Amino acid sequence: MMGVHRRPDVRLAFVIAVFVLLALLPFTAGGYALDLITKTMIYAIFALSLELLVGSTGLVCFGQAAFFGIGAYGAVLWSPQADAASLLWLLPACVGAAALYALAVGALSLRTRGVYFIMVTLAFAQMAFYVVHDTPLGGGTDGIYLNVKPVLGSVLDLGHSGVFYSVTLASLAAVFGGLALLLRSRFGRALAGIKANEQRMRATGFSTYGYKLAAFVLAGAIAGLAGFLFAVKDGYVNPELLGWHLSASVLIMIILGGLGHLRGALIGAFAFALLQEFFKSEAIFGAFAKHWSLGLGLSIIACVALLPRGLVGVPALLRERLFGTRRATVDEVIDGGV
Amino acid sequence: MDLATFFIQCLNALQYGLLLFLVASGLTLIFGIMGVINLAHGSFYMIGAYLAYALAPLVAATFGGGFFTVLAIGLVLAVLLGYVLEWAFFSFLYQREHLQQVLMTYGLILVFEELRSMLVGDDVHGVPVPPLLAGTLPLGDVMTYPVYRLFVSAVCLLLAGAMYLVFTRTRLGMMIRAGSAGPAQREMVQSLGVDIKFLYRVVFAAGVAIAVLAGMVAAPVSSVYPGMGNTVLIICFVVVVIGGIGSIRGALLAALLIGIVDTFGKVLLPQAAGVLVYVLMALILLWKPDGLFRAG
Repeated sequence: MMGVHRRPDVRLAFVIAVFVLLALLPFTAGGYALDLITKTMIYAIFALSLELLVGSTGLVCFGQAAFFGIGAYGAVLWSPQADAASLLWLLPACVGAAALYALAVGALSLRTRGVYFIMVTLAFAQMAFYVVHDTPLGGGTDGIYLNVKPVLGSVLDLGHSGVFYSVTLASLAAVFGGLALLLRSRFGRALAGIKANEQRMRATGFSTYGYKLAAFVLAGAIAGLAGFLFAVKDGYVNPELLGWHLSASVLIMIILGGLGHLRGALIGAFAFALLQEFFKSEAIFGAFAKHWSLGLGLSIIACVALLPRGLVGVPALLRERLFGTRRATVDEVIDGGV
Repeated sequence: MDLATFFIQCLNALQYGLLLFLVASGLTLIFGIMGVINLAHGSFYMIGAYLAYALAPLVAATFGGGFFTVLAIGLVLAVLLGYVLEWAFFSFLYQREHLQQVLMTYGLILVFEELRSMLVGDDVHGVPVPPLLAGTLPLGDVMTYPVYRLFVSAVCLLLAGAMYLVFTRTRLGMMIRAGSAGPAQREMVQSLGVDIKFLYRVVFAAGVAIAVLAGMVAAPVSSVYPGMGNTVLIICFVVVVIGGIGSIRGALLAALLIGIVDTFGKVLLPQAAGVLVYVLMALILLWKPDGLFRAG
């Protein structure tokens, strides 16, 4: 049984082990598995962006896919037709566009709270969805293709799948590490305070609106980064990337993993991908595999009913059942650690 | 736009707005009294439309009856569905956070959509207008207006009126109003001897029935297609946000407003029609972050 004081080390060891495993995978895994893991890592970046809002600040955003989609569309629309774009300006442009939309949406929707906030963020994401869906700007419902993938001089060519894997892994590590540091900073503590009791934070002299808006914009930017990577990986974008099913999926990932922990987003993204692959598998379900979302829906319902603390809470749940002990969870509320 | 066209568009706006109101009123009622945000509410509208499509041949074969028998049977099924769903899935959500309610009801959407796909398939279907209401009314010299659309508006108005009477004039309405004033009031209602669980179940079943009815009535106008529930759901969110959560009056006003903006937007600014409703919402939020009417 793990001692209380050793717990942070165990968490850190878990996260480091995951990243080492991901770094070693290209040497053993086949093409299909590698492609799936690349996609899942992109979803993990996306999930981390939402975790910053939902898990760390207590803002339930139901329109995160809008920022993801804007990053993705930016990557395709701003790339030249026949030439490779330079990462040097394309990446900042895409991330910036997503952050800019997040600034506009956040400034408006943060005037509301609770269930209003959920609905308003969803509605603004739908607005962005209809812009690309109904106007010729983004190729309409058919979507558009990215002809040549961006490069960084002659150093990095994202068209090469091995290079792309490394870049995605590095981005995931950077986002994870950056957020872990951020949540330990004064800014991160303020966000945790807002989540616990916003009224009290205001009374203490924090302008909570500014903090929440900053978190919202940062989360939008990270989602934009994930969207950019997604578009470059597939070389294709369609309006579904801004759709509310994606917003819901990413929410499910972080809940499945466990809210309030960055590693929850990581675990959740991989668990969700595995679950999806499982229900889509024709080897197991045969002809029934095309109704995969039935199984997914039932799993989500079961997860809400049985695992309110997510997969991160499973060890604690087992300990409670096996040893009858229960650790105080206050530190989990306040502590936004890895 | 000449006067006759303008008049026709007004009638269309009214019909669309009233239909939205029916679906949104169930959503806002369920949130107001139970504190549950129900994403699956759009699915009930979808289920209604598919019931109108799937029940018609069955009813014609067994009763030889027409559209109104289908409506009656559909309503009974809807009340049963609502009652069972509340018991099985929603009764333990009341104490949970909004986030978990969102997830659970999203899971239900996936289940409903897949069941629909397995039972009826993914094709788009038309539902014939009942022969009794298939005529048109002349408007001016050249224009005509279908009677069925007027019938839809009339049904919606009738239901809205009935809801108003139930709320203001009956004991049940009084309990609902008391229960939807907030969590503290909910406890108060309970301690006065009202069986709140039964009240919840009744309100939920009524909300489901109204949404299913809206779907059945709308089916001949809008046709029946996969994903129709989701489109309605998100517009209904906008209605609820503009109107103020828990407020039936606000929902009516907001639904009519959206009916007008959407209908005339499609005529005057077809490129931006999809976005206009959301722009309206943004403007109203700038002005009144809590919606036009606060719950009460």
